[in-house]
Amino acid sequence: MSDREPQSALAAAIDQNKRNERVTRAWLLAPALAIILAISILPLGITVVYSFLTPGTYGGVTWEFSTDSYVQFLFQRDIFDDTLVFNSAYVSIFLRSIGLALGATLGALILGFPTAYFIATKPREQRNIWLFLITLPFWTNLLIRTYAMLLIIRDEGIINIMLMKAGIISSPLTILYTDTAVFIGLIYSFLPFMVLPIYASLEKLDFSLVEAGYDLYANRLKVLFHVIVPLAKPGIVAGCILVFIPGLGAYITPELLGGGKKLMIGNMIAMQFGASRNWPFGSAAALILMALVIVVLLVNALAARRGASNNG
Amino acid sequence: MTGTEIARDRKAAVSARALSKTFGQGDYAITALDSVELDILENEFFTLLGPSGCGKTTLLRLIAGFELPTQGSISLQGQDITDKPPHRRPINTVFQNYALFPHMTVAENIGFGLRMLGKPTAEIKQTTERMLALVQLEAMAGRRTDQLSGGQQQRVALARALAPAPKVLLLDEPLAALDLKLRKNMQLELKSLQAETGITFVFVTHDQEEALTMSDRIAVMKSGKILQIGTPRDIYDRPTHRFVADFIGDINILEGTVEHTDGDLATVRLKDGSMVSAHLGPASARSGDVSVAIRPENVRLASAGETPTLTGVLENIVYFGAATNLHLRLGTGEEIVIRNPGAVDEGRYQPGATIGAILQPELIRVLE
Repeated sequence: MSDREPQSALAAAIDQNKRNERVTRAWLLAPALAIILAISILPLGITVVYSFLTPGTYGGVTWEFSTDSYVQFLFQRDIFDDTLVFNSAYVSIFLRSIGLALGATLGALILGFPTAYFIATKPREQRNIWLFLITLPFWTNLLIRTYAMLLIIRDEGIINIMLMKAGIISSPLTILYTDTAVFIGLIYSFLPFMVLPIYASLEKLDFSLVEAGYDLYANRLKVLFHVIVPLAKPGIVAGCILVFIPGLGAYITPELLGGGKKLMIGNMIAMQFGASRNWPFGSAAALILMALVIVVLLVNALAARRGASNNG
Repeated sequence: MTGTEIARDRKAAVSARALSKTFGQGDYAITALDSVELDILENEFFTLLGPSGCGKTTLLRLIAGFELPTQGSISLQGQDITDKPPHRRPINTVFQNYALFPHMTVAENIGFGLRMLGKPTAEIKQTTERMLALVQLEAMAGRRTDQLSGGQQQRVALARALAPAPKVLLLDEPLAALDLKLRKNMQLELKSLQAETGITFVFVTHDQEEALTMSDRIAVMKSGKILQIGTPRDIYDRPTHRFVADFIGDINILEGTVEHTDGDLATVRLKDGSMVSAHLGPASARSGDVSVAIRPENVRLASAGETPTLTGVLENIVYFGAATNLHLRLGTGEEIVIRNPGAVDEGRYQPGATIGAILQPELIRVLE
């Protein structure tokens, strides 16, 4: 009894100390928080407000409340009697974007996983060189790289010339300005975002677990799917998110390689702020895209939590 | 020598012939294993003992199939398995760090081998339960492996490796990470588990005491070579090499010259002139300069009136409960340690005193 009181006094002092520390640490966060607030939350707020306004004739907005932008996403107003008719144009652009982004994610995963495994199993001192090579494309602007790709895959591009010289094809393959071109472009642009997180989780992988798998009668394929992939799952999920989300909102790649004919969400939104002069609809489309991304992240978070509680 | 003699009347589980393993190439090549000849018998608790870097783990990995030999061959019950990958060898390993799958429960870990073999679910379940009972972890079946203590993880690793009923179980220093008390318990448990299952155990350790208490036979390794194979008593009482004698327990080594030999007995004149008779090993020199070895516990203090084998000046007295070590400096500059059971009379045995020591003649060995 006698020594409980000094103990609780000590505990209180420690608590106070921790609280002070927390306040000090909060200040460390303040500058970053201010920037995020200024350049992320604020514009987002503006976007939300704009999406509920009426488009101005020459761009911009007029301050008149309207939910037309959201209605327009799904329906078309009949010219004569104002009835709403379902319009699949924008939905199909979204679905196409999702399809392309999913395809690019899968492609990047199939190409990126072996790459990451290759680097992770190199001797430690060689790994940095390979990682450096993976990040090398970032040294050049994405726009320039995409133009370069355009030169490679166009009808008179290097690929077609080589294939024709080799006698494999007689007339050039039309890749440019097709979904294939956008698909290849997306994989190329986002592949490093797949490789790096997978590498990070494979690098931590204890390779004696792989040996244990072989030891317990698993062949290579079984070791891959029963040991390596489950353990690299956090990296695989992170990589897929990092490719899927920017892929969904990609602008430059579909613009240049899809030739603007095959729209993705990004181009459609850009168009609303440009030629179409419908800022509220652009804002609404941007927010719908964001909602889509949040849904993907939430599903992932829920799946991760369920996985954790299953194991526990 | 003793190793091959035993091998003749029992079947070999694992045999290595001229087995060598070299890592790296050219100037950087390191020979981890150098022409090893070895027969590990059925139902045997066999230990590979040696300091780190002696090649014992490399030998184990070659048997498991994780490494391929540079030269030589390995066979399992008479069948050549040199080129077989690990998953096609009916041999399982208990890894040093356990290597339990962190994404699986205890039961899933134990059932993994059977699952990969494509056994029916009912059989996997039944065997897993039997294994859990064997290592007394029934209550932990659904736990994740990182929720277990070191000793429990050890048992899971053991159960996982035993579940597919391998022909041979390899254990790579499995007790190294456990604390002393737990280690002692596990040593006994492993030994009885081996007797119960009848599976051949190949155990790697650098702990000589562990090797002596658990093994049916021990192979002492150094620099990629096997120096001596024998029962714990062979190795302890009849070491053939200075290294073996030194590595296992404490040893006194004295220099001398062989005067004459009679059968496997040699009369050796030590450097201070005293004569001792010593046992010759199979490959000991039978003439010229030799080293003789005797354990400290086989040297005793000469009592009053006895003629000591050697006399020296007492330099140090180290008391450690069950026994006292007396360090004697001989006239030749050599040191000899006497292990006296219990304490000694501190009045009589003071540093600086001249002391007589008697070497038990039947326990002196001529080293190779």
